[in-house]
Order: sequence, then C-alpha cells, then structure tokens
Amino acid sequence: MLEPIHVSLASLNLATLAPMLIAIVGALVILVIDMAKGGLHKSLYVMLSLLFLLLDLGSLIDFAGLFLKNGTILGFFDVMLMDGLAILAQIIIVVGSMLFIPLALTSKRFHEYNYPEYFALFLFMISGFQFMVATDNLILIFIGLETASLALYTLIALHNRAKSFEAAVKYFTMGALAAGFFAFGSMIFYAISGSVEINQIATVLAEDHYSNIGYILIAVTFMIAAIGFKISMVPFHTWTPDVYEGSSAALAGYMSIVPKIAGFVVAMRLFEFLVHSGVAWLQVILYIGVVITMTAANVWALVQSDVKRMLAYSSISHAGFVMAAILIGTTQANTGLFLYWALFSFTNLGAFTMLWVNRQKNLLPGQSSDHPYEKFSGMVKTMPMGAVMMGLFMLSLAGIPPFGLFWGKLYMIGSAVSAGYTGLALIMALNSAIAGYYYLKLIVFMFMKEPMVGYEKMYFMNASLSLKTIIGIAVVGTIFAVFAVNPLLKVITLFVYNSGY
Amino acid sequence: MIDHILTLLIFFPALAAMLGFVVTKDSMRAYGIAVSFIEFVLSLWLWYAYDPMVSGMQFMESMPLIPAFGINYLLGVDGISLFIIILSTFFTMIGIASLTEKRHLKNLIITLLFLEMTMVGVFAALDAIVFYVFWELSLVPMLYIIGAWGGPLRIYASIKFFLYTFTGSLIMLVGMLFMAYFYNQATGMWSFSILEWYRLILPENFQLWLFAAFFIGFAIKVPMFPFHTWLPYAHGQAPTIGSVILAAILLKMGTYAFVRFSLPMFPDASVYFMFPIAIIAIIMIIYTAMVAYAQEDIKQVVAYSSVSHMGVIILGTFALNVEGVSGSVFLMLAHGVVSGALFLLVGVIYDRRHTKMMSEFGGIASVMPRYATIFGIMMMASVGLPLTINFVGEFLSLLGFYKQSHMITLTAGVAIIVGAIYMLSAYKKMFFGTVTNEANRNLKDVNRTELLGLIPLVIVAIWLGVYPKPVLGPINNSVESIIQLMHDKAQSPEAKERIPNLSDSSKIISMQEAH
Repeated sequence: MLEPIHVSLASLNLATLAPMLIAIVGALVILVIDMAKGGLHKSLYVMLSLLFLLLDLGSLIDFAGLFLKNGTILGFFDVMLMDGLAILAQIIIVVGSMLFIPLALTSKRFHEYNYPEYFALFLFMISGFQFMVATDNLILIFIGLETASLALYTLIALHNRAKSFEAAVKYFTMGALAAGFFAFGSMIFYAISGSVEINQIATVLAEDHYSNIGYILIAVTFMIAAIGFKISMVPFHTWTPDVYEGSSAALAGYMSIVPKIAGFVVAMRLFEFLVHSGVAWLQVILYIGVVITMTAANVWALVQSDVKRMLAYSSISHAGFVMAAILIGTTQANTGLFLYWALFSFTNLGAFTMLWVNRQKNLLPGQSSDHPYEKFSGMVKTMPMGAVMMGLFMLSLAGIPPFGLFWGKLYMIGSAVSAGYTGLALIMALNSAIAGYYYLKLIVFMFMKEPMVGYEKMYFMNASLSLKTIIGIAVVGTIFAVFAVNPLLKVITLFVYNSGY
Repeated sequence: MIDHILTLLIFFPALAAMLGFVVTKDSMRAYGIAVSFIEFVLSLWLWYAYDPMVSGMQFMESMPLIPAFGINYLLGVDGISLFIIILSTFFTMIGIASLTEKRHLKNLIITLLFLEMTMVGVFAALDAIVFYVFWELSLVPMLYIIGAWGGPLRIYASIKFFLYTFTGSLIMLVGMLFMAYFYNQATGMWSFSILEWYRLILPENFQLWLFAAFFIGFAIKVPMFPFHTWLPYAHGQAPTIGSVILAAILLKMGTYAFVRFSLPMFPDASVYFMFPIAIIAIIMIIYTAMVAYAQEDIKQVVAYSSVSHMGVIILGTFALNVEGVSGSVFLMLAHGVVSGALFLLVGVIYDRRHTKMMSEFGGIASVMPRYATIFGIMMMASVGLPLTINFVGEFLSLLGFYKQSHMITLTAGVAIIVGAIYMLSAYKKMFFGTVTNEANRNLKDVNRTELLGLIPLVIVAIWLGVYPKPVLGPINNSVESIIQLMHDKAQSPEAKERIPNLSDSSKIISMQEAH
C-alpha cells in the first residue's frame, strides 16, 4: 500500500499563483454576472476587467518587492518560478492588456463586445500568458500557451466577418501544428535528460557534456519552430499578416505585443543556456533567423498597400530585431529586449488604435481593404491633430529620435556592439533605414497628398473618450519616453541581472 | 539666465511653435517674424557674453538624461559653433521675413520654428546622442517643407533626401555606439560626451574604421561626391525657403561635424585619409562646377555651385592646421550667407515669372536694376572676389592645404577660378543684353519685403569680407586648441609631422598679446 504523501500547505507557497488566479477569478466573476443577469452593457465588463487587471498588477508589484528582497521565489512543487523575467514579462503583459481593454468602448457598436464571454476569454488568455512566463516547466509552459492561444483564436473569430473566420481558422491550424512541435520538442528533451524543467535539463546536459548532440539538435529544431511560430519569426510568420488583417485593429495591436513578450521569455529561458553552452549550430540558425526575419519582413512591408498589413509586417520585423537579444545573450541585450518591448508596446498600441478609431463598418466603393494608404491621404488638412499623432507613431516606429522606440533601438544596437556582433549591429541599423521607407510612405500620404473625397468622414468615427485617452497615453509615452528610459533601464537591469540572465 | 542661454536658444523656438498653433492664420507671419527676431537677439546676446579669449567650451550645461547608459544633456559653445548658431537664427529670421509663400503659411512657419530648434540643438550639443537626436530630428521638418510646398517631383525628392541622410546617420550611430563601448572598455563607465571622447586615444586601425563610419554619415549630409545625388533633387523641388535653409545651415551640419568629431577624435585616421578626401574634394569642386555649367535652370546652377564650394570647405578642414580649419569654418559661414542669398534671389525672380530657366530671361538688368546689383554682388562674393566674405575663407582654406600639398592646392585654386566662369556666364545670360522675352519687360524690381531679407545679407557679405577679425578671432582661438589636441593625441610619426605643434608658437603669440 502506498504511503500517503504529506505536503505542508506552507511549502507550496500558493501565493505564487495569486496573479494568475486573480485573472481567472475575474473571468469567472464575469461569467457568473452574466448568468445572473444577461444583457448588461459592455462598459460594466470593461471596467470589471480593468479592476481585476489592476489587482493583478498590484500583486505583481508586491512580488517585485519580494523578489528584490529575497531573490527568486519558487512555489507549487517548484513548478512556479517567480524570477525577474517572470515579473517583468507579467507586468508588460498586464499593462499592455490594461491599455487594450478600454478599446472595447467604441462609439460604434461591434458584435463581439456584446458577449460577456469576450471579456472572460480575454482574462483567461492573460492568465495563460502569465503561466507561460512564470515557470520553467515545459509542461506548464505548454498549458499556458494553449490556454492563451485557444482563447485568442476565439477572440479573433468573434469579430464576425468572413475574414475573421478565415484568420481564426488559419491561426488555429497553424497554432495546432506549433503546439505539436512544442510537445515533440519537450518529449525529446525529457528523453535525453529525464526532466521537463529547463534548469534541470540544462544541468543534465552540461554534466553530460552534450553527448546527445543529435537529439538536442532535433529537440531545438522543434522548439524553434514552435516558439518561432508564436513570435512570428520568418519562415513561421505566414499567418501573421492574414490574421492581423482579419482581426479588429485593436486586437491586432494587442497580438503584436503581448503574446510575443511571452514567447520571448520562453525563448530566453530555453535558448540562452544552449547558446551560451556553445551549440554553434543554434547560434548560426538564430543568427540567420534574426537577420532574415528583420530584413525579409521589411522588404515585404515595403510593397503592402494596406496600412494594417504594413504594420503586421513591421511588427514581424521588430520581433526579429528583438530576437537578436536572445542570440547575443548578455545582460545588456536581455535588458534591451524588455526596454524595447515596453517602449514598443506604447507606440504600436497607439498606431493600431489610430487605425481602430478610423474603422468603418462598410467599405466604400473601390476600397480594397479596411485601411488602404489612400484612406489617410491629406489627413493633415482635414484632421491635423490626428495626422500629427499618427505621424508621431510612424516616426517612433522608424526609430527617429527622441521618440520612444529610438532609445530601445539605441540600447539594442549598443548591446550588439558591446558583445562584439559588429555585423549584426550594422544589419540592425541598416534595417531601420529600410523600414524608414514604409513608415514614411504613410507620412507622405497624410502630409503631402490631397484629401480623397469620402474618407474624411471616417476619421475618428469610432472614437470615444476612452479611446482618445488611450491614444493620449500612447502619445505621451512616445514623446516623453526619454525621461522614462533611465528608471526603466535601472529596474529592468536589476531584475534581469538578479535572475541570472 | 545667461547660464542657461543655450537651452533657451534651443527650446524657445519649439515652445513658440507650439503656441503658434493658437495664433490665427492672418497674424502668423508677424508672429513668426517676432519669434525669430527674439531668437536672433538672444543669439547676439550669446555672442556678446562670449569670451573670445577662452578657447574651450563656454556656457556649458549638463543634466543627466539616461545616466545608466552615459547619456547626458550636455551643451556648450566654442568659437566654432558660436557663429554657426548665430547664422542659423539669422537665416531663420531672414527666411521668415522674406517669405512669399501663400499656401498653408501657418504650418510652414510652425515647421520652420521646429527646424530652428533642431539646428541650434545640433550645433550646441556636446553629447553625441543629443547631437544625434537633433541631427535626425532636423530631417523631419525639412521632409515636410520639401514634400508639402515643393515642385512637381517633391515627394520623390523629399523621400530621397530623407532616406539618404537617414541611412548615413544610422551607420554613424553604430560608430557612436562603438566609441562609447571603447570608452567603457577604457574607463569602465559609459559616456557619450564628446569632450570625454576627446581624451580617449584609440589604436590606429580602430580609428580608421570609426572614421569611416562617421564619414558616411557626415559625407552624405555635406554632401560629398559621390553621395551628392540627393541634393540637386532636393534643391530643385524645394520651395525657396527650403533651399535657403538647406544650403545655408543644414549642409553645414556635415562639415561642422567633421571639425567637431572626426578631427579631434581620430587624428591619425584624419591624416591617413587626408589625401583621399582631398582628391574627393577636388573632384567635387571640378565636377560639380562642370555640371553647373551645363545647367539651364538658374536654381540648379546655384545648387551645384553650392556643392562645389562645399568641396573647398572639406579641403580646408582636412588641411589639419590652424589656417585651413579656421578658413573652412569661416567659409561655412560665408557659404551660408552667400548661397542662402543666392537662393533667395532665385526665389525673387521665380515668384515673378514662375520659371527658373535661364533661357527665359535676358536683359533683366535694365528692367530690375536693384535686383541685378544685389545679384551681382552676391555672385561676385560667390566666386570669391577679394573683399567679399567668401574670399577670406577660400584663401585661408587653400593656404592651409598649401602647407600639406602644393599640387592639390594649385589644382583646387585653378578649379575655383575656372568655376567662376559658370557663374559669370549665368549672370550674363540672365542680366545682360536686350530684353528678348516680352514677359520680362514689365517685371517689378525687388520690393520692400524682399529687400528686408537681402540688404542685411549684402552688408554681412561685404563687412566680413573687409574686416573678418571679430569672427575669425574666436574661431582661430578654438581651432588652435583642437589642432593642439590632435597633435598631442596623434600616434603615428606622419600624423605628428602633418599636424603642427602649436604649444611653442601659441605661447609666444599670447605673450605678445599680453604686452
């Protein structure tokens, strides 16, 4: 007969689950409210989500204090891992979500926001991403990834347009494939190391002097495919532009930020010890992947005729740029990754929100897609402030100082220089120049061309106070980023360094 | 207030521009003139308070911006940047005062004031990143000015201008990051301060690479042959005000940066690349002069002649001695005044006839005598007639390079003289002979508004040609300290020999002055 297992509740340190549980409880509360009384207005659910996210953020800040005092916090049979990376990534995830959720309060009615399930799914998704980053257990990463992805597929499909269904199905099929790759990669890692915890795997492999190099390479290949899919690395990016086009601009902006940071953290945990251990093959593959992702996505973005698709390719290119940090692998580079992504989320959310406020219900005759460049033609004459703000986001994305993203680029290229990757630094710099062209294209349309008849009614037709507030926050965050960089840099460096990355 | 005069000079126009959104359209012009006049007076105050005896940086301001990465808001002026700052504020004022543009005047003036902020910022910055911020930011207003108020090909021209410069400066940015990294290696601290970088002595092969990285950024801006192809488009399509600011100030950013960054930071590399760059400069002078001769559009003639003179500035800078560098800095000012004035003059005739083709004109001198006189003076200044402003700079630049190489200097000298041909022939085509085109018979001579812009330029062009000392003195003083620094830092024997040692002779001069 088996001995009963005695586990003291204190040793479980259940508090480590608190941030995710807050999000899950929030989702359940929303469902319960809907059961009790249906047909409530979306503003209720938006505010409830916002409140739960605030609680979530509060608990994370609490953990940040604990981390600085006591170091990494383990919990729940050591499955939960609250280190600096986990806390930073969760803060970015939650803050990004808090900026996103008010976008539901459009002045026009949209189908998806009538369902309370939308908001419940949204919170479930956030908890999924939080699980994904707050562990180094491959199984829990997988569960987090799938929870989040399944919720996200549904959110896309709820937009209720032919293209949205197409996007959701496409994302779902590709995502299923990636999930398969992930499971397969984990399996091989388990086979050669007898563990599913990344730090255990690292120890075993190091003791073993990487003798099973053949298996390791196969496992890494599967893992690159799986994570590459999540962060849309070329050649696993093919879903990105279509899915962005099919989903609402707000959700597309969200997808370009939050799921990717979760992917980056997993990639950082999984690949960096392999890169440092001198698995040359992985270095080469990552190098090629980073360069191709940056460059090819930029070249594709040049030829787009729709602004949303252009931004989709541009976000692929930015992801490639940031992936360089995982290749470089120094503390400076990893700090750069978080800094870049924090600044990027403000600017990119602003850019996508600008598309979202201009979203029209029906296309005009002759209009090929939701947001063709022509729609913004001569915007400075009909809506000068809107044009200036959109121009600001474009300049920031292009990396023109002193706007937000420039400082991220500066620090990332600086880290490449410090680590001796001269070629990579030059490629990163030149890619910014290529990218300059397509961001400029929108500025040219807005500032230098004559307005097109019919489109001017669309500008800001969707704007409500809360959307304008979000745009305002993004504008302020973009212009005055320079003053935020130093405190951010200090905090991030502290967290990243103390987590051992 | 004088302690923060540089911050004031940089951000006053920007603040005024933002408040300008409130001013109504009809009053915008007066507002623009008033703001730029105040700014100009402030810059004159800077000159007044500047101590010409001190060769180092004055009015330094420092504020931590991103101390974790060694980026500080660091400003200061010396004799080299002082006058270029005054030139910037002067030209913004003249440009706004003589503005004849009618379309979207409010947007244009706001843009010009933002541009003024970036221009002053570039020349006052002593931190490489702050410098880079203003350097890049200056592209945006210019992009808008060319793209929104330009000619038929304006969009192509503005994008070409932007992407060319942007690409070059990104490579420069990588160079700056390397410089900061080497500084970090040497001292264990991050710093982007130019003055700190001056103290860093790098091995020669590092210097060569970094010199090349910075060179690409600067050479595109100047623009040096073969990176000059964006400039004729930009000038051809830009409105008058765009060309004036572009030629007078924005191009100076490149040559100024050579003096501020390349020379003192990489003395050995500067000597190493001295002759290749001198040859490029000669090609610039001769080739663009020939191209200018072939133009039929008067604005293109002025544009190419402007590139041609930039070649002389480069030549003087890479003489690497006090005469050459002082001469080139002075020539930057002279070139700003003269080419700015010439673009304004072209704008005057374009406003009347809406064509810039020289074949459309002829015999204008009899119809517009005042216009012809001013154009004549400026053209003479442009070809470097003695007692005009350009002569002083060109003479000193060539004198400086004469000490390094007789052959190259002689070629350059002859090329400059030959270069006079195209200006004189252009002048002849436009102004002399009989009026052949009926449309020209009733042209009005320059009016009061235009004179308001042109007369001060004529005065400056002649005053500084006759008596350059008040400007040349402080320039000389600061250049001497840079040359001395270069000599002390130089490692290779060739560089030690090429860059003169001033420590003995300068002491004698200062002792003489003391007596």
